Amino acid sequence: MAGTATTSGRKAADPATTEQYLHWLRQMMLIRRFEEKAGEAYSLGKIGGFCHLYIGQEAVAVGTLAALGPDDYITASYREHGQALVRGISARAVMAELFGKAAGCSGGRGGSMHLFDASLGFLGGHAIVGGHIPLTTGMAFAAKYRGTNQVAICYFGEAAVNNGAFHEALNMAALWKLPAIYICENNRYGMGTALERASAIYDISERACSYDMANEVVDGQDVLAVNAAMDRAVQRAREEKLPTLLEIRTYRFMGHSMSDPIHGHYRTKEEVEEQRKRDPIAVWSQKLLADGIVTEDAIKAMDQSVMEEVEDAYQFADEAPDPDPEALFSHVYAPEAE
Amino acid sequence: MSTKVVMEALSPTMEEGRLVEWKKNEGDAVAVGDVLAEVETDKAVMELVARAAGTMLKHFVAAGATVPVSEPVALIGEPGESVEIAAAAGNGAKPAPAAKAEPKPAAKPVPPSDAEATQPTADQTDRPTSMPPAPPAALVATPARGPAVSAAAALGGTRVKASPLARKIAADRGLDLQGIAGSGPQGRIVQRDLAALQPAANAGTSRVPAFHPVADGEPFADVPLSQLRKTIAKRLAQSIGPVPTFYLTIEVDMERVAEARDALNALGEGKVSFNDIIIKAVGLALRQHPACNAWWQDDHIRYWNEVHVSMAVAIEEGLITPVIRHADQKSLRQISAESKDLAARARARRLAPDEYTGGTFSVSNLGMLDIEEFTAIINPPEAGIIAIGRLADRPVALDGQIVIRKRMRLTMSCDHRVIDGATGAQFLKTLKAILENPLALVW
Amino acid sequence: MPTMTYRDALNQALREEMSRDESVFLMGEEVGVYQGAYKVSRGLLEEFGAMRVVDTPITELGFAGVGVGAAMVGLRPVIEMMTFNFALLAIDQIVNSAAKMRYMSNGQVGVPLVVRGPGGAALQLAAQHSQAFESWYAHIPGLKVVMPATPADAKGLLKSAIRDDNPVIFIEGEMLYNLKGEVPDGEHIVPLGVADVKREGTDVTLVSHSKSVSVALKAAEQLAGEGISAEVVDLRTIRPLDTATVLASVARTHRCVVVEEGWSFAGIGAQVVDTIQREIFDELDAPVLRVTGADVPMPYNKHLEKLAKADPAKVIAAVKQVLYVD
Repeated sequence: MAGTATTSGRKAADPATTEQYLHWLRQMMLIRRFEEKAGEAYSLGKIGGFCHLYIGQEAVAVGTLAALGPDDYITASYREHGQALVRGISARAVMAELFGKAAGCSGGRGGSMHLFDASLGFLGGHAIVGGHIPLTTGMAFAAKYRGTNQVAICYFGEAAVNNGAFHEALNMAALWKLPAIYICENNRYGMGTALERASAIYDISERACSYDMANEVVDGQDVLAVNAAMDRAVQRAREEKLPTLLEIRTYRFMGHSMSDPIHGHYRTKEEVEEQRKRDPIAVWSQKLLADGIVTEDAIKAMDQSVMEEVEDAYQFADEAPDPDPEALFSHVYAPEAE
Repeated sequence: MSTKVVMEALSPTMEEGRLVEWKKNEGDAVAVGDVLAEVETDKAVMELVARAAGTMLKHFVAAGATVPVSEPVALIGEPGESVEIAAAAGNGAKPAPAAKAEPKPAAKPVPPSDAEATQPTADQTDRPTSMPPAPPAALVATPARGPAVSAAAALGGTRVKASPLARKIAADRGLDLQGIAGSGPQGRIVQRDLAALQPAANAGTSRVPAFHPVADGEPFADVPLSQLRKTIAKRLAQSIGPVPTFYLTIEVDMERVAEARDALNALGEGKVSFNDIIIKAVGLALRQHPACNAWWQDDHIRYWNEVHVSMAVAIEEGLITPVIRHADQKSLRQISAESKDLAARARARRLAPDEYTGGTFSVSNLGMLDIEEFTAIINPPEAGIIAIGRLADRPVALDGQIVIRKRMRLTMSCDHRVIDGATGAQFLKTLKAILENPLALVW
Repeated sequence: MPTMTYRDALNQALREEMSRDESVFLMGEEVGVYQGAYKVSRGLLEEFGAMRVVDTPITELGFAGVGVGAAMVGLRPVIEMMTFNFALLAIDQIVNSAAKMRYMSNGQVGVPLVVRGPGGAALQLAAQHSQAFESWYAHIPGLKVVMPATPADAKGLLKSAIRDDNPVIFIEGEMLYNLKGEVPDGEHIVPLGVADVKREGTDVTLVSHSKSVSVALKAAEQLAGEGISAEVVDLRTIRPLDTATVLASVARTHRCVVVEEGWSFAGIGAQVVDTIQREIFDELDAPVLRVTGADVPMPYNKHLEKLAKADPAKVIAAVKQVLYVD
């Protein structure tokens, strides 16, 4: 992996940039503390079903989403708590959704894997591997159809690139020159199957060559690098109306889901510990400290503030009411047009 | 091996028989089919034949004893075989009691004892032991809701198979589906089966609609009771007794019958009686009036396509009714010969059961005893009987003149559950027309 | 009223709706330059251009997903499946994406999408090209399933389907494209979820849809010659099912035969029968019978194929059975 993060190319002294960098740190810390709390709530039975934590991958969500505008479209996989929080869905609404409560961002009917906020262009966590990739192509098609400047992006794991939906979606996006950005979060394991055991080639970005699509490999533990690559992709989409495949190499510090141990048969404890040395929050904190942008005390205060926000979200979700029984049958179909 | 000889049911209605005479004595060799004894049934003297070969080892009853059906009367086995051992071994039955002076009531099926009833069946033993045995059926029955089938039907005893629509129609009209013969698969009662029960809305000009219940080629047809018919049956039976009878009398001019009879007898080929002629005429009239050629069967009416006329014959012990089968199709000559033979054998108590059962209508004649007219008792399950009075010279008005004619009064007893007044009257009208124009007998 | 084919009625509906609403576009294999595998989209590329009449690679999963995604952000895509046999490749997008989106998102994201194309068997196309899948889609809450049997209904129902805010599976009869009939000009709308009595009768109700309506009508015609009066109900929309029309008819006739092209097991007829026995059990004078395709993959041989298909003779036999005649 290519060394430490760098702030070169940015004016670190620029107050706006400084504020943004601190904001990224806080967002990453929020995701981390939120996910830790979600894990705790899961173990207490407050959260049911599947729950896939984002710990270790925070820089991807933060770095990529920072490059988007408010009208852009986002879809994600079932490991999407981080993207939802960064896009602006409140910790309360996300936690309440994990708790299945009416106040959740999907009314308690989606759960961990199906977070939605259409007002933010956050169009869902989707839980069939690869199934949402063509949706993003469709959203990019809509942007082109309408002649808007919107970009459609989606997040998926490296395991999704082997299925047909990925190929079909990327082929059409390239064929039709659509403003789509396909973000492969390569965390090296599709559940318990290492990339090398599932894919004939190990560089995901090379897949884009099949469609003559722009592509880039990015260090996913370096939020600044992620953001820079995403900036280039967004510019390509908005100005050249061309799609990009970003392979963002990252690592999941937790198990595949809450029912999966952190390591197990498929990876070693030593490997996980080695990867933890490149914790994206630590990497970014060290950089900001080194550049004198932040102090240890400020980080502690930030952490305290984040923990309070997460604790508030937990209390809110815990106390929020369940959906009304009548909600069972609502929104199966659109309301009858008058 | 030995074989018990039991009192057999030698007539359809026999419950016991009197052993008139042993034809095989103890020690006699017996072949299958040999007559062992003569037995007097409720109708006739019949033969009890051997079902096994061997030696008549033992008479359990003496001649003259009355024995219920299925009770042992004798034992056939190997010569020298011990009666006790043979009896014990024979069919696993107890040795029969000796001849009884008093007839025993007919054996009734004995319900299983409690001990037997609680013996687990193979089916039950497969159940988990924690599962209680099925409760008695009565406890399973849920309270009836609405016009559903009867509890008995619901419990499967006599389940009525009917389409949901048929059940609804029956409930709406207050019809009881029990006893209605369904025309659907497995006798399912369907809508059209109930449509037939509706009163004829447009019966046309005739008060009594044409009635042809039996399809060609079928000996009879069982027709379900309409609600009307059931009500008639119930109400009239309450009024008059088990067979609600009414009577219709008609007087027939017998001049031409008498001429015809004289002419036939003048041929010198045997004597034709008035009774023979009446039987033939009744047969022909029944052919035209199938509604009177029927049996009351409690839950339905059996309309016959075949005409079998029972003729009452007085015998020493009382009365028996040998049957002229297919009386409508036989010639007077055949009827005459048959009736003479049947009457003679009836008096000798030598009729086989099938010779005095199965009639569809009866004729009773007391004319030879100078009875003017009388009412006869219906012979169930038949629905009608004609009582024939004497042939008498009577003054009648004919073409405005009083003349003396040979006249005869016929009185028909009708089972009102089957035959209504107008139905019976039309039958008698036809019968009268035939007798007053005897060429109809040969037409 | 002009007479036109089922194919042209569909074409007219597409043209009218694309003219009326710029968010409507047509996408699928061979819909543009080729003018449609069944020529339903004839002339549309020339009229509306390549952005609105979009030829796709042979990638049903992919372009179905494109349709869903475009619909999620407000367009009204009409996705043509060359046949519904190929839509099996897209069924994940239809079931997991299109049908679920509104519910999962608590009503925030709808999918106003039409997936249309021919279904059912044609002639000697063998096992992989001769299938009726309506029961698959009708099983899914969130989807509507529409199957017109006549040119007029094809036009009126397609216009309704395009205007509907839900994902609509619109299955055309492969053997019906050349069927001619009167079709009203202009704004002819047939609402979804409303069945139609195609022939009135008193003795038995024949419930059918799509091509089976023709089969039922032929059977009814022959039965009339034998003095049996059959009512033919065309479901038109499979989901939502117009149970009221079916029940009213069967309550009058007391007997019912359901005719469909598809296989018997868990077929549309099974749902119709369930509704009838549950709602109007007491009106039935006979069990409801079903005439379906034979429970086999469709053979190629034309004699075997004929044996496998529902036809008027099979319908007549079933009718006589429920009427207890013969």
